[in-house]
Amino acid sequence: MNVEFHAGFLLFSLLALAAAAIPLARVPRGPVIIYGAAAAIAAVAALSGAIAAARGIPLQVRLPLGLPAVGVRLQLDALSSIFVLIVNLAATLASLYAVGYGRHEQEQGRVLPFYCLFLLGMNLVLIADDAFTFLVAWEFMSLSSWALVLVQHRDDVNRNAGFLYLSMAAFGTITLLFAFGVLAGSAGGYAFADIRAHELGRLSAAFALVLALIGTGSKAGLVPLHAWLPPAHSAAPSHVSALMSGVMTKVAVYGFVRIAFDLLGPPDWWWGTLVLSIGGITAAVGILYALMQDDLKRLLAYSSVENIGVIFVGLGLALAFEAYDMRAAAALAATAALFHAFNHSVFKSLLFFGAGAVQHATGTRSMANLGGLIHKMPATAFLFLVGSFAISALPPFNGFASEWLAFQAILLSPEVPDWGLKFAVPAVGALLALSAALAAACFVRAFGIPFLGRPRTAAAEQAHEADRFSLSAMGALAMLCLLAGILPGIVIDVLAPAVNSMVGARMPVQSALPWLTIVPIAESRSSYNGLILFVFIVLAAYFSVYAIHWLASDKVRRGPAWDCGFPDPRPQTQYTASSFAQPIRRVYGALIFRAREIVDMPPPGDLRAARLTVTMRDLVWEWFYAPVAVGVLRTADRMNPLQFQTIRRYLAFVFLALVLLLTVIALWP
Amino acid sequence: MAVIFDFIVQGVQMFVVLAFAPLLTGFVRVVKARLLRRRGPPLLQPYSDLARLLGKEVVLAENASWLFRVTPYMIFAATWVAAALVPTFAGGLIFSWSADLIAIIALLASARFFLALAGLDIGTSFGGIGSSREVMFASLAEPAMIMIVFTLALIAGSTQLSTIAQIMALPEVGLRVSLGLALVALILVAIAENARIPVDNPATHLELTMVHEAMVLEYSGRHLALIELASMLKLLLYVSLIACLFVPWGIAEPGVAPSGFLAGLAIYVLKLAVGGALLGLFETSIAKMRVFRVPELLGVALMLGLLATLFRFVSGSF
Repeated sequence: MNVEFHAGFLLFSLLALAAAAIPLARVPRGPVIIYGAAAAIAAVAALSGAIAAARGIPLQVRLPLGLPAVGVRLQLDALSSIFVLIVNLAATLASLYAVGYGRHEQEQGRVLPFYCLFLLGMNLVLIADDAFTFLVAWEFMSLSSWALVLVQHRDDVNRNAGFLYLSMAAFGTITLLFAFGVLAGSAGGYAFADIRAHELGRLSAAFALVLALIGTGSKAGLVPLHAWLPPAHSAAPSHVSALMSGVMTKVAVYGFVRIAFDLLGPPDWWWGTLVLSIGGITAAVGILYALMQDDLKRLLAYSSVENIGVIFVGLGLALAFEAYDMRAAAALAATAALFHAFNHSVFKSLLFFGAGAVQHATGTRSMANLGGLIHKMPATAFLFLVGSFAISALPPFNGFASEWLAFQAILLSPEVPDWGLKFAVPAVGALLALSAALAAACFVRAFGIPFLGRPRTAAAEQAHEADRFSLSAMGALAMLCLLAGILPGIVIDVLAPAVNSMVGARMPVQSALPWLTIVPIAESRSSYNGLILFVFIVLAAYFSVYAIHWLASDKVRRGPAWDCGFPDPRPQTQYTASSFAQPIRRVYGALIFRAREIVDMPPPGDLRAARLTVTMRDLVWEWFYAPVAVGVLRTADRMNPLQFQTIRRYLAFVFLALVLLLTVIALWP
Repeated sequence: MAVIFDFIVQGVQMFVVLAFAPLLTGFVRVVKARLLRRRGPPLLQPYSDLARLLGKEVVLAENASWLFRVTPYMIFAATWVAAALVPTFAGGLIFSWSADLIAIIALLASARFFLALAGLDIGTSFGGIGSSREVMFASLAEPAMIMIVFTLALIAGSTQLSTIAQIMALPEVGLRVSLGLALVALILVAIAENARIPVDNPATHLELTMVHEAMVLEYSGRHLALIELASMLKLLLYVSLIACLFVPWGIAEPGVAPSGFLAGLAIYVLKLAVGGALLGLFETSIAKMRVFRVPELLGVALMLGLLATLFRFVSGSF
């Protein structure tokens, strides 16, 4: 399939679908038709991406639209087609999930058209081949998702989330606009081919990199630009949250990869250190925030921040290796990053779908009100468990495979002759290991508190299982988690052309190795075989089940819980989400959140209840966002008098502005 | 033929760890009892404990879910596979290339993931307290362990445990600062991971600082037997790991005569005995820590591991 057909198909079918969605939103069966059609379109697009990736010939087309000298250029090269595949695979399953889940939305007219436009926007970003088309598509994606954030617009929290999202999206687009301006230079060739040909000075290249990191990082959720992400991602309907968190962040990663690895020339020595340090900090801070959340979807959104951090660690390592021309190591690091990007799109979608099913079944996503759902929603619970296991980087699932590759890349970095990197990489390695361990803690909590234990409210007690469309979408994703985990060699080989286009080298072919082992460098150095490990675990478990039933008594008696002899039947006596996080809050929170626990214990004889008050501060907000907000308000106040001037003064302002601009132009070198 | 022989070695290894695990635990208990001038239980007591538990019926709490019943098998399987991949009496295990040291650590983390969930399943406060503390300890112990792995991998140029053990036995490795730091860190992590004094107390489960015993409080019968066996296996795994990394001599190389394997087995038993005796001595000479002192201990392990890795990054001669 060529790129004209790919783009044309997406453009016309999704625009038509969006138009059809407006009348169909009022029809009872409308959402089913729209989501079904969206699933089919996304599946075709994913297939087209897969074909383009397999064929491996970059495709380009120039349409006579858009800016005069530039036109609208589209392309489908190795990098784009991999991301087209990742995005549309998740979009297909999100639409399938929405066939079941999306019916329950109150205001369909606010969801359906924008959903189609959102899919279109993300797809256009991936196939844009000039800065103008890229930015228009980027903004299209931002605005359509903003509309989806505001579906429940009567809620104050959501309106604030929408406002914050809109301002951050505008900020991000402006920095990207500047980044492309620097990239294109004063000669102004905005097609990607012209930008590639344009030689940048070291200073301008550094400037462009930092601007691109800010612009794409604000969309991906790099700390400290992540503050908008959790409220916005959790405000949208769950299938949209899955797309925003699992997929739109990947589009942002694509934007960074496109600019940093493709459009900018060879990397400078410090770029990698910068990117991987920010990635490491993002991973650790993101997961600590996630551990403190009570809202299930907010928790998942903060965990996306962590995973984006892991991806940027991989990208940073790849940049550093590339700067010192260590191509094989760069290929390993870039593969780890892309593999993790794929994995995250899979398990984060799965987890958001699970959270949506819980929200639909109980009417709440606050973990304090859930509990015991494993009895009422067994299938959802099982699938959510698979997702939790995979995201915690535990073998034999896919999260471990990509994390393992990242560790292998870190172990290659002592060979880099750069002292900054020699100190940064071990620290980032420790942060990566720390965030993996904290992720496991976070997902023990995210699964254990809502799904295990006893129901904490009547709503949780009366929960019901999700519908079969939702379950089949989640089942497919859970299957992907397992398959990518036990057959990582195949994924690595699929990613190889994209990695090759990024760093000019690829990892050795993996799928030809015996037993489907993955061997990044050499077998004496390191190898991993998820399949053997999986078979090994299954056999060991099977053996133990068999042996136990042969050796041991198979009698089972149900009785009240033992609990050291003092069981208390009230569900309030269980550990809650916040008490589960207390040890971690105490160990890490004092530093990061300035967490304080005040215990008010009445003296003996006093009958009033004891109280534990916990205060936590969001330092990122206080240090980075609050000053900006205050500054903007203050400046607006100062400028307010400008709105009440006479016409003569306004004319004078216009004249002065003109003189000023002309002076600047006259003095420009 | 060689392949069949390798399979046999791997199979023997799996059953050796299973057979020796209760013995090691029993030996540590005997050492501790003798140091306290008690007679203590017989050496083979853990075997009879397991047999007794297997014979009893399972009492399940009323709201226990399927996860609660599956967990013992998953924990046992993951721990057993991990223990089977650590070279004990023979190196060059046939499946050792399927999981390197990082994967072995992650397998133990999988077992812990299930155990922490099982602690939450019944909805008792004891289970919750155990799970929440366990994940907090793990959040420090796992990165410390990864840092130790980094140090060793950078010395040996490999993360494969068999290869590392081979290289560590070479005279060129010698005494190194980073190795010393890694050894101290590994011992601290091993003590925390196995719920030994001063981190946790394996002998009681009615103490407010308890962690591991609190999570398994609701288990009984065959389920409890499996979990107990898994934690014995884990102790054996860590002792074998320290032995094969820091005292790698006497491991039978692939391809030696059967008598070589017997010699390897004898040396391995000797290593276990020394490890168990040292553990017993250590445990009797130190007091249990408050639970919020443990993060400081594990933080020390993490920092030592990080320092060792940094040394390796800075210079190859450390």
